[in-house]
Amino acid sequence: MTKFDLSIPSQLTAALAPDIFLMAGAMVLLLWAAWGRESVARQRAVGVASMVLCVLVAAVVGYFMWLDATVGPGPIAMDGFRWTADLILLLATFATIALSMDYNEREGITAAESHVLLLLATSGMMVLVSARDLIIVFLGVEIMSVAVYILAGLNRRSDRAAEGALKYFLLGAFSTCFLLYGIALVYGATGSTNLTEIGERVVGNGAGNPMLLIGMALLVVGFGFKVAAVPFHMWAPDVYEGAPTPVTAYMAAAVKAASFASFLRVWMEAFPDVFVQWHYAIWWVAAITMVVGNLVALAQKNIKRMLAYSSIAHAGYLLVAILARGNLGSSAFLFYLFAYTLATFGAFAVVVVLSDRGDRYLKIEDYAGLWTVRPWLAGSMAVFMLALLGFPIFGGIGFFAKWYMLQAALDSITPLTNLAVLLVLTSVISAGYYLHVVLVMFMKPVSRAESEPQLAGRLTQWVIAAAAVLILVFGIFPDPVVRLARSSVIVPIGR
Amino acid sequence: MLAEALALSAALFTIGVVGVLIRRNAIIIFMCVELMLNAVNLSFVALSRYYGADGQVFVFFVMTVAAAEAAVGLAIIISIFRHRKTVNLQNINLLRG
Repeated sequence: MTKFDLSIPSQLTAALAPDIFLMAGAMVLLLWAAWGRESVARQRAVGVASMVLCVLVAAVVGYFMWLDATVGPGPIAMDGFRWTADLILLLATFATIALSMDYNEREGITAAESHVLLLLATSGMMVLVSARDLIIVFLGVEIMSVAVYILAGLNRRSDRAAEGALKYFLLGAFSTCFLLYGIALVYGATGSTNLTEIGERVVGNGAGNPMLLIGMALLVVGFGFKVAAVPFHMWAPDVYEGAPTPVTAYMAAAVKAASFASFLRVWMEAFPDVFVQWHYAIWWVAAITMVVGNLVALAQKNIKRMLAYSSIAHAGYLLVAILARGNLGSSAFLFYLFAYTLATFGAFAVVVVLSDRGDRYLKIEDYAGLWTVRPWLAGSMAVFMLALLGFPIFGGIGFFAKWYMLQAALDSITPLTNLAVLLVLTSVISAGYYLHVVLVMFMKPVSRAESEPQLAGRLTQWVIAAAAVLILVFGIFPDPVVRLARSSVIVPIGR
Repeated sequence: MLAEALALSAALFTIGVVGVLIRRNAIIIFMCVELMLNAVNLSFVALSRYYGADGQVFVFFVMTVAAAEAAVGLAIIISIFRHRKTVNLQNINLLRG
């Protein structure tokens, strides 16, 4: 076991090695992307190079995981939680780049820097999940967000994309201000931005300090916007609908995952001893998010908006992990995140294939009779829907994800029985819209004007196949994932 | 001194929030966001008189990030202006459920 002393600059740099490697690689690729004329070939070449870079960074992360390093006090955490979250984020980025290579070619987007922007956003996310200091949290959030604002408006020919990007930018910047003000007030109440020090000082500080309480409330608002929890979710459906579909998948999976991971770490390291103060606020946010997300999703006709509301509902399920606290909460959280990422990417990949050039076919009704035309595609989509629903066997790993989340809720120090019941009830409601998609695909006659959807690109096919196979295989043999999630816990200093 | 500075910062932040909520021009909303950021900066500077330089370091980070955000934000506003010939959010409503 290696121990890193973060007060020594060289060791601090070493502790950030995967993040720095990714940033440096992205800069080189950015130069390459900007050097020559835009063309489809260059876009694809940069895409392939970006995917290779993702794999290399994942190898570095794997090396650190194997090293099993620990850290002294400082702004950066090194624990299983960080490495596993990094791997999930890199998996999501890899899949997004694969999807956008085909998508960009179809939509005539030749900007090769779209892949590099994804890498830069991912570097921000990796910084975010490692952050043990509120300054680094803020930097991570912003590196991530600024890149994703551009990605949302990547398709400059589409006025919908421009509108989505504008809404995302204005509300994102607005929410960042709340996050920042929350940080300022927590700093004012405790005199530190380091999570470990805040954790030590909140108790002696007198937990009823109004500055601390308002600061925590503002942090909940800021993080709530980033993870799209009700009542801070208004931007999500519009932005998800307007953005290019691969970017939507990236926002629904990676952006949400990284913000959530940081949310969890801040709450577990800085505020575990003032549980009583924030317990009810987050309980209600989780409850309302589950109910509203699922109920509104029922009414959606557009598949991207439906998946947007479904991702809001999943934010509600993930909030349960924050309330569950402790190692149970963080491992259930990572397990859920892994399952959710696979299913989300699969579902959006199918949406990419079926929407056709110019994103014409985005209604759920356009999926009618897919089973008779493209049985494999319909079968995979059914797996993704059932996985998001948490259906046993056919939903594969999605079932175990919900199972462990419920277990974490019931086994936590203060059992969350009501919330667990609500989680199950709202999951039943969610069957209404997930199974509706399956029903439309398998039972209804073909309705599209041109009955044959275009053939998917090679990479898109691979993403769909890999996601479906992984969901089903891990649904039968969940042990390796469970073991990884169990060992990936947040290790606060000195507790 | 600290109390006055924090009160001023809270007032500026509130003006920013109200501005974002009631104005419909994208540029003005963006200006209100900048006002909110600078209100927070004021808090940090005031607090760092008591806690040391951490808060001032934070202000530099915030200013740098705000500059990057402004570059991206104005580019997005230009791109929507090219499509719609307006930056008024009341006229920008293609995306509806």
